[in-house]
Amino acid sequence: MEAVYHYDGSFEGFLCCIFDIYQYKEIPAAIECGGEKAFTLFASRTVETDRSHSARVLRKVSACAPGAGKLLWHGFLTCLPEKELHLYYFVAKLLRDGPAFLQDRSDKTLYPVVRAVQHLHGEVHLLKGFVRFSELGGVLGGEIEPKNRVLPLLKSHFCARYQNERFFLYDRTHKEALFYAGGHAVIQPLEHFQMAPPDEAEARYRILWKRFYDTIAIKERYNPRCRMTNMPKRYWNTMTEFQDEDYFKPQTHPEDAAIPAAPAARFVPGTRQEPGPSAPGSDP
Amino acid sequence: MDTLEKLTILTAAAKYDAACTSSGAKRSPKKGAIGSTSSAPAGCCHSFSSDGRCVTLLKVLLTNRCIYDCKYCVNRRSNDAKRAAFTPEELADLTISFYRRNYVEGLFLSSGVFRSPDDTTELMIKTLALLRERYRFNGYIHAKAIPGASPELIERLGFLADRLSVNIELPSEAGLKRLAPDKSKHSILTPMRQIQCRNRQSREELVKYRHAPRFAPAGQSTQLIVGATADTDFHILRLSQGLYDRYQLKRVFYSAYIPVVEHALLPAKDVKPPLLREHRLYQADWLLRFYGFRAEELLDESHPDFDTRVDPKCSWALAHLDFFPVEINTADYEALLRIPGVGVTSAKRILSARRVGPLHTNQLQKLGVVMKRAQYFLTASGRMADGLHFTPDSLLRGLIAAEKPLLPEPDFEQLSLFDPVTA
Repeated sequence: MEAVYHYDGSFEGFLCCIFDIYQYKEIPAAIECGGEKAFTLFASRTVETDRSHSARVLRKVSACAPGAGKLLWHGFLTCLPEKELHLYYFVAKLLRDGPAFLQDRSDKTLYPVVRAVQHLHGEVHLLKGFVRFSELGGVLGGEIEPKNRVLPLLKSHFCARYQNERFFLYDRTHKEALFYAGGHAVIQPLEHFQMAPPDEAEARYRILWKRFYDTIAIKERYNPRCRMTNMPKRYWNTMTEFQDEDYFKPQTHPEDAAIPAAPAARFVPGTRQEPGPSAPGSDP
Repeated sequence: MDTLEKLTILTAAAKYDAACTSSGAKRSPKKGAIGSTSSAPAGCCHSFSSDGRCVTLLKVLLTNRCIYDCKYCVNRRSNDAKRAAFTPEELADLTISFYRRNYVEGLFLSSGVFRSPDDTTELMIKTLALLRERYRFNGYIHAKAIPGASPELIERLGFLADRLSVNIELPSEAGLKRLAPDKSKHSILTPMRQIQCRNRQSREELVKYRHAPRFAPAGQSTQLIVGATADTDFHILRLSQGLYDRYQLKRVFYSAYIPVVEHALLPAKDVKPPLLREHRLYQADWLLRFYGFRAEELLDESHPDFDTRVDPKCSWALAHLDFFPVEINTADYEALLRIPGVGVTSAKRILSARRVGPLHTNQLQKLGVVMKRAQYFLTASGRMADGLHFTPDSLLRGLIAAEKPLLPEPDFEQLSLFDPVTA
């Protein structure tokens, strides 16, 4: 019998779907999360997230082959269409046939998953370089627009690099943010976010960087195609060197100036006021 | 002069240096310090400039004042250029501020020779010591060793930097004599040998004492200018090979000569930089370092320059057709690496995948093999790709066609009906 599975969108929730599929001995027609439940002819199941179930599935997968659990987790962070089904097929094959097929990248079940994970890792690697932070009131803040959910994989890199700083990184695509302060990091959903305009010092460094970027190019070697291959245009949106003039103009806001440590971000009116991005651990 | 103007002058003066990598260093995060260099073993690019080159480090000169008069260089003494110099504090503040905003992976510090090589090196040491000790900067630093500086100073520089480099620039002694009369082969190779020995010694000490200071842990590199002198590709490649073999260099960079000055001994100012030649040299450089090729296999006295139509590996394959086809289900790693279109990654994937079952040609693309090149040179279970027919002639045409989209558009010359054609 085939059924459509609904879960809460978390990795644990997805693992519980796999648990239930095995428990009910069913074939999943689709594994979905969030939004309206589409009308289907298949039976529909809503899976409750149970930590003990998800831990069992992950333990079993990890025991099958070293790296399989990590591949599953990274696969879940990708933007692969119908990733849940692809990952379910991957787990099913791993449990049925054993880990030998993991050696063969051209395997039909494995290939879409490793391709998607490769895309994720590529994006993570590029973003380690392309993220731009702005300093406002002693806090560093940045924004990104990735295709995959890269924040969990960027976390350790930036937390190690800026361990004495307070910073946050907002993911516009998935509407979540990484907050870090005093050795603790959390990733939390955040619906609306808008960066505050720069103060004098920040604007000065933006101008310096823009000037450095423009000067370092050798005009006799002008090669826009090469630049685009190495740095696709979809990343330019959030990079300092490609912003228009307004981005480099300092603006001081009276309400910000009144507070000694001005918050690094002002939130869009109408949404709930955040206690400030520098305070991880606070629920949105 | 304000920082913005200094930055402009000293960046423009440093931009012709090709090296901008942050590879090879493993500086794990330290408590109380800012930064790390372990983002990826191959380094991390933070931007790409409009010429397509990677921007990893804040690449500037400490000063562009120079007592030398190298003919090819924008900073030579006789050039009428605006001069500037950073103070150590200014540069340290700039580095830290850029680093915190994730603009750069670290600092690339080079300098014109100010007063004397020793004075210049001392200024560089002062700047780097300020960064490492006062600002507790733990990111990547690439420093230039100035030829002619005393060994004690280079030693101190090496303990502050991750990578050191000494630029050879001109690939032959004759070229040096003509175009850089203040430098000699000896003055360049002496610091290179010192860096190599000290680096090896430091690694031996690290085995014995875990906290021994590291001397230039990311090794050393150099740069060769291509096209300023009449040296052939064969000469340049053999020089690189010698440097890799005898000096354990991490990288040799090639820089297509860009005419910055009109001089009787140099190419004219309207000559375009030999970018394709530079590209072929980089390809051959990779073959030396990762594919087990030797310079003598790729070129010889009768063929001293690379074919611009196909890459060096294809050229080699075309000259050694008796080596092919390679059977991918049985060939060893070294033989797989000889196939055009098969790289280090795909060769390892082939080795791994064929343990599961025999491979077929239609699987190879998924393993990362570039089939439009590789199809002519391999068999899988004794069979070539389906529907493939070729003769030695059409093989060359096929490879040229496969390469074409990767090359820049040739400049077309408008022919005129009326001008007399000069034969």
